[in-house]
Amino acid sequence: MTPAGAGLLLGIGLSHLGRRRRQTAVSIAGIMMGVAAYLVISSMMLGFQNDFIRRIIDVSPHVTMLDEYRSPPLQPAVRTFPEAAVEIVGLRPKQELRGLRNPGKLLAEIQAMPGVQAAPALRGQAILRFGSTDVSATIIGVEPELEARVSNIERDLTAGSLAALKTTANGVILGVGLARKLGIAMHDTVNVVSPTGVVLRMKVAGLLRTGITNIDSFQAYILLKKVQVLLGRANVVNRINLRLADVTRAREVAGRLESLNAYRTESWEEANEEVLGLFIVQRAIMFSVISAILIVAGFGIFNIISTVIHEKARDIAILKSVGFLERDLRRIFLVEGVIVGAAGALLGWALGYAIISALAQVRFSMDLIATIEGFVLERWWGHYAISGVMAVAVASIAAWLPARHAADLDPVEILRGGP
Amino acid sequence: MSAPVLEIRDASRVLAGPVPVTLVDHASAAFAPGDFVSITGPSGSGKSSLLYLLSLIDRPTSGDVLLEGRPTAGLSGDELAALRLSRLGFVFQFHFLLAEFTVRENVALPMRRLGALAPDAVKARAEELLSRLGLSAALDKTPDQLSGGERQRVAVARALANDPAIILADEPTGNLDSRNARIVFDIFADLARREGKTVIVVTHETSLAEEADVRVEMLDGRIQAMRRRNGI
Repeated sequence: MTPAGAGLLLGIGLSHLGRRRRQTAVSIAGIMMGVAAYLVISSMMLGFQNDFIRRIIDVSPHVTMLDEYRSPPLQPAVRTFPEAAVEIVGLRPKQELRGLRNPGKLLAEIQAMPGVQAAPALRGQAILRFGSTDVSATIIGVEPELEARVSNIERDLTAGSLAALKTTANGVILGVGLARKLGIAMHDTVNVVSPTGVVLRMKVAGLLRTGITNIDSFQAYILLKKVQVLLGRANVVNRINLRLADVTRAREVAGRLESLNAYRTESWEEANEEVLGLFIVQRAIMFSVISAILIVAGFGIFNIISTVIHEKARDIAILKSVGFLERDLRRIFLVEGVIVGAAGALLGWALGYAIISALAQVRFSMDLIATIEGFVLERWWGHYAISGVMAVAVASIAAWLPARHAADLDPVEILRGGP
Repeated sequence: MSAPVLEIRDASRVLAGPVPVTLVDHASAAFAPGDFVSITGPSGSGKSSLLYLLSLIDRPTSGDVLLEGRPTAGLSGDELAALRLSRLGFVFQFHFLLAEFTVRENVALPMRRLGALAPDAVKARAEELLSRLGLSAALDKTPDQLSGGERQRVAVARALANDPAIILADEPTGNLDSRNARIVFDIFADLARREGKTVIVVTHETSLAEEADVRVEMLDGRIQAMRRRNGI
């Protein structure tokens, strides 16, 4: 005998749920809250993550070649006797000047690659002094024409221009956060003090606002030659920044350059892996919390189906004696769980959508790892699909256990019991 | 007697436990098409247990029940359910209708489960059965809107839904007043005598039991006597 039709089982299931409207509503509400919470939180997280990544890709180099190696070079003795236990005594390391060797040649090689733009930079630390305020900052020496090809600094300037670094004597472009900390404005003069003790009086030639707190609050852009003077490293660059036509090739390009030149070369993903790793942890926490909400809702469904089965033991006996199969009974109660789960998911979708729409109207300003001016929300159909599947799965599992019990009930025992 | 449509052959039903309880003890009987059978006996004599065995709701611990000549002891639960659905109709002492369903829906339930008829045909047959039992006005009512006698007639209509060869009823009049008990009992008699169905009724009421063609008397789980009208 084939199992009963879905319409018949659905009708019986709906009649049971309709009989216990309040409990059914509470169970549906539990699922609805879980689904809505998942949608809102995941929309916030995805929005923030994608916004951060967009800004990183937009503002930072896609690939950066650094003047360092992933692992130190082997000593000649170790290279000569690779299988032996070598003890080196009295070693005096060679005093090597930091910086990329022959940067002009490296730059030419990189720029010859299709879809790649490159610019040299020298990066170091300095103290910016304005009146009695000292602020530590990262100074970045750039060549304006080349830098304009690998970053969007020009676009993100709220005042001044990148070219002003060349036209202004001792010009400096400050992040807006850094300028705020110093209490400095356009055309003001600031003293830049390097670790070697060189002091340059520099004029603010531009203000930069990228939205990435690390850049806006801690970085200053200066002409490459001036930074070389400040740091006492004439003709040295310690990084080459690359911008790719296809950002998805960043890892591949970085790997190729590192294998060719041995210099550590980082894609934007590697450079930001700590933050991106945090996002993964954040997602895991979110899934745990939402799963907990849905599991609690699942207990509600377990409770209602168990109660219905207890109340409907006589009906189960009737259906079995009439000729319904055990699997028909299982399916009736499973269908009830699926109905509760699906109804909760649908209402949760509607509630989540409404909350996301409302949150999108809220405006505030906050400096986190990126500056945000309201909830950055992103709707993605996958969140709706995942939450729907999770809701129905939890509801089905919660219903399955009592449904099995219903199918195993002995009709004779129940029928003997009377009304 | 023509070939038996339902036969119980040396069947026992023992409840397992520290002290096993024998509900039915080596019962044997055979019933032909058109037999109107009453099963009587004192409380605890095993009447209902015998009926549950005959209706394939329960399985004997030994012996067998043959439906239309076919042994059922080796059949699976699903196969027994299929036989109950298509060949047997059952009426309980308490009407046992589904409270959330209308009268029409209750009667349609076995037909919908069997799936042999189109929805329109199911509806038409449910209405025809209810009309035959004088319930045309109650089609869209729920069981709680009916009297006890009406509910029991709805239960009879449900038992007849798939046109079974055999109707089994466990104290169908036990919860009814004498007028309604008479109505229901006459319906069973008609089903046997006019439609040729085998009707087996467990009853306490001796006056009604005496009207049956075959009288089975039970005591302590055993069939004490089985008498056919006209002294057989």
